[in-house]
Amino acid sequence: MKTISAIRVFCLLVFLAASTRLVAQATSIPNSQLINPEDLVKILKSSTAEKPLLIQVGSHVLYQEAHIPGSEYIGPGSSENGVQQLRKRVGSLPRGKFIVLYCGCCPWSHCPNVKPADDALLAMGFGNVKVLYIAGNFGTDWVDKGFPITKGD
Amino acid sequence: MAGLLFTIVLLAVYGVNYFAAHRKPGPYRVAPDFTLSDLNSQAVALSDFRGKVVLLDFWATWCDPCREETPHLIDLQTQHGGQGLQIIGISMDDEVRPVREFQQQFKMNYPVVMGNAKLGELYGGVLGLPVVFLLDRSGRIRSMWSGTLDVNQLDREIRALLSNS
Repeated sequence: MKTISAIRVFCLLVFLAASTRLVAQATSIPNSQLINPEDLVKILKSSTAEKPLLIQVGSHVLYQEAHIPGSEYIGPGSSENGVQQLRKRVGSLPRGKFIVLYCGCCPWSHCPNVKPADDALLAMGFGNVKVLYIAGNFGTDWVDKGFPITKGD
Repeated sequence: MAGLLFTIVLLAVYGVNYFAAHRKPGPYRVAPDFTLSDLNSQAVALSDFRGKVVLLDFWATWCDPCREETPHLIDLQTQHGGQGLQIIGISMDDEVRPVREFQQQFKMNYPVVMGNAKLGELYGGVLGLPVVFLLDRSGRIRSMWSGTLDVNQLDREIRALLSNS
């Protein structure tokens, strides 16, 4: 009986540790801050909609392979240097500027980049930030669906 | 009943967000050859491993599923290296330093080379990680996985290819 209780306590501790890690990941970004690929494409194609500042906050190599036309590469959101570069890029912008962050490196629940980048912008007072929801990766959820891309730097 | 519910909740939180897309592309095309530098600046050419069953693992140090699969790949190399398996890790990191640290920390027992966008495009676009290609002894791509690996299935496919000498 004591052994079973000890196992349960251990499992609970592992669960809590995993949950803490998950809180720092993309899944903790509220739905109200997310934008689906289809909706972003509509905005980009519209002749009247306000165009966002698009920033890829993931891998530079993957950015070079394919990225959303007009998007900028800043640096990985998971690195302090990447976040600093992001702060530097947006520092002079009005806090109401429409900004869309995206990554697409890995399955959404495991992306280490978008949440820190989003947090940094919110901390700076930006109130019109959306994060592109990419469930699987940029290949399957954007490129394979025929949405616009460009390559290189 | 409480114990069963507890277990179900634990599994639900831990496991359900993983997925692995697995394809067996056919007809089997020959994998594009490449020559890249490993972490000691030594040239590694894919064609050097013709005659072996080769597993190409596109990964990165910041990719959680990649980090989790690495011990399994190390085990596979240990188990099957003597029969002709050769794993090659292709890092899509932007810098070498974290890759070198990772290699040392995990004691990776297979070559690791630094990938690039051009190589990713040659392999059909590596636009998410991890991605694994399994090649037969003739260098043809027999399977491809994207996302978290099903290690048991991968092991079965490796054994099948190794038995085809």
